[in-house]
Amino acid sequence: MNYGDKDHASLAEKFNVDEPRVNWHDETLWWVRVKRDKAAKSLPEWELLRETASQIKNNVLSNLSEYLIQFEKEATKNGITVHWAADAKEHNEIVHSLLQKNGITQMVKSKSMLTEECHLNEYLQQQGIEVIDTDLGECIVQMRKEAPSHIVLPAIHLKKQDVSDTFHEHLHTEKGNYDPQFLTHAARLHLREKFLTRKLALTGVNFAIAETGEFVVCTNEGNADMGAHLADIHIACMGIEKLLPQRKHLSVFLRLLARSATGQPITTYSSHFKKPRKGQEMHVVLVDNGRSVQLGRKDFRNSLKCIRCAACFNTCPVYRRSGGHSYHTAIAGPIGAILAPNLDMKQYADLPFASTLCGSCSNVCPVKIDIHDQLYKWRQVLMKEGYGSTVKKMGMKGMTFTLSHPGVYRFAGSAGRWVLRNTPFIVNNKLNTWYKQRDMPEPPKESFGEWYKKNRK
Amino acid sequence: MSSREKILQAVKSSQPDQRPLPQLQFELYNTTDAPTAFANVLSTIGGAAHFVNSYNEIEDIIRAEYTHAKRIISVCGEIKTGEAINSDIDPHLLEDVDLAIIKAHFGVAENAALWVTDALIPERVLPFITQQLAVIVKKEDIVFTMHQAYERVGDADYGFATFIAGPSKTADIEQSLVLGAHGPKTMHVFII
Repeated sequence: MNYGDKDHASLAEKFNVDEPRVNWHDETLWWVRVKRDKAAKSLPEWELLRETASQIKNNVLSNLSEYLIQFEKEATKNGITVHWAADAKEHNEIVHSLLQKNGITQMVKSKSMLTEECHLNEYLQQQGIEVIDTDLGECIVQMRKEAPSHIVLPAIHLKKQDVSDTFHEHLHTEKGNYDPQFLTHAARLHLREKFLTRKLALTGVNFAIAETGEFVVCTNEGNADMGAHLADIHIACMGIEKLLPQRKHLSVFLRLLARSATGQPITTYSSHFKKPRKGQEMHVVLVDNGRSVQLGRKDFRNSLKCIRCAACFNTCPVYRRSGGHSYHTAIAGPIGAILAPNLDMKQYADLPFASTLCGSCSNVCPVKIDIHDQLYKWRQVLMKEGYGSTVKKMGMKGMTFTLSHPGVYRFAGSAGRWVLRNTPFIVNNKLNTWYKQRDMPEPPKESFGEWYKKNRK
Repeated sequence: MSSREKILQAVKSSQPDQRPLPQLQFELYNTTDAPTAFANVLSTIGGAAHFVNSYNEIEDIIRAEYTHAKRIISVCGEIKTGEAINSDIDPHLLEDVDLAIIKAHFGVAENAALWVTDALIPERVLPFITQQLAVIVKKEDIVFTMHQAYERVGDADYGFATFIAGPSKTADIEQSLVLGAHGPKTMHVFII
């Protein structure tokens, strides 16, 4: 999906044109957040689980090179071929070479945010490969030539009428039938044929175990399993940070993942792939693509603990009202806003500013990533490195001057109150970005300083 | 330098000082009635539990419940209804299975998940490709939490294993829950 050179604010403005839809988006994601709360509160040990998960991930990051070597050794022993990709380009080329080697031109893919990050679909299409996304939400957005707008609920920006129109166009379903049951069934039939005929299936990885060389894929739909168990070749792509030391650590993460994501006690399927089935080839691609750089950034390395549950999306007042596409990157939301600048500071300089810093994201994070602190720290890095917008730089300079000159400060205050009272049209217009979607406040009669002088006795 | 060396070197030079692994010490709810808790949770995720005393009872329920099922596969020796399959069958030939009856090693009460390894299913795709799924688990094989679950799994060797919790589902269209996304549309669990 091409966003041009638009930033979060201008893309959010586009999303905000349809107010009832924004309200629906906001309320629906809040409802998911409420389900998460209910699930979390049903376990008295919730906070202990979060703390334990956080500590396990700290250990993983501090031993990552050793765990990667151990995983490779064990997986190889299990009959899995392990590949290493330094960046997105190499990842895409590895997948393509496996297709080429086997003369395959059509494949199925279950959800993998990593392949979104690497733009695998676009790359393979250019090489003449047909890729079918099999997660229902991803299948819908793929037909519409859009990107997923949420990492767990890829089509949350769409209404059932949109899905119905899309399916009518691509699957020739009855026009005007908006029933989710009917539409899901149509997709089931369409995708079943793909599962049965495609020779290669690609899946993501939720967790990989260094001790045993196995990896775990979680879905509710069963699409990863349908693809992998019917194909001759299974490729699983994972970021290097997805490792866990031992199998027993899965107990902690599987208790947290679905409860944080959707409020379910566990996903319908948590499949452990350890060896290829008879006659099948199984490959794992370990991808760096900037992760080792992020690991070296002391203030930001904790972002690599993320298990992609999207709890921070659902709780974020900015995400809920601006939509996933406004983040113009594969992983939106608060976590995406701290991951993206690591990949490209210039292109994603706007994202750490797309936050109120309310801290709700950090409070719901199942692995205790200090998301809002990192957003604040990225702002400082980006301004220092010269990636801040001119308006922000000018504004900051103006504020610095005003706040360090008491006379100017007092004059600016009384002038502002006078303008709001006597000539409100000067600020209540489109040139004032603060006025968009907001009313300007009633000006107080006097400043606190003036009031204090009169009343201090 | 290969990408492998390059990545490992970059990671090694970036990784922070050693942090210890925490102990896993959690409440195990050993006094709770796990089978009842399991059945309750299962009903909230779209499945149904039956408490039975014999395999004959299961056969009776299956005959009454799945009257429309044309192709039934049982990979549970005690259940005679349906055909048996062996492990060298082409998985694509399972495309028209209406009902699969399988056993689980154990169940987990906190989330109604059942642990099934490839030792119990001759083809990995069977519990996913079937239109409806029936799973048999022994009453004494239901633990309460995932921590006890992985203690039971231990260092078991398998090629493939999975936790299955309820029928396949999606809510990708306006958050409306639909049972039967790609896998089974129903799931019955027989607790014996």
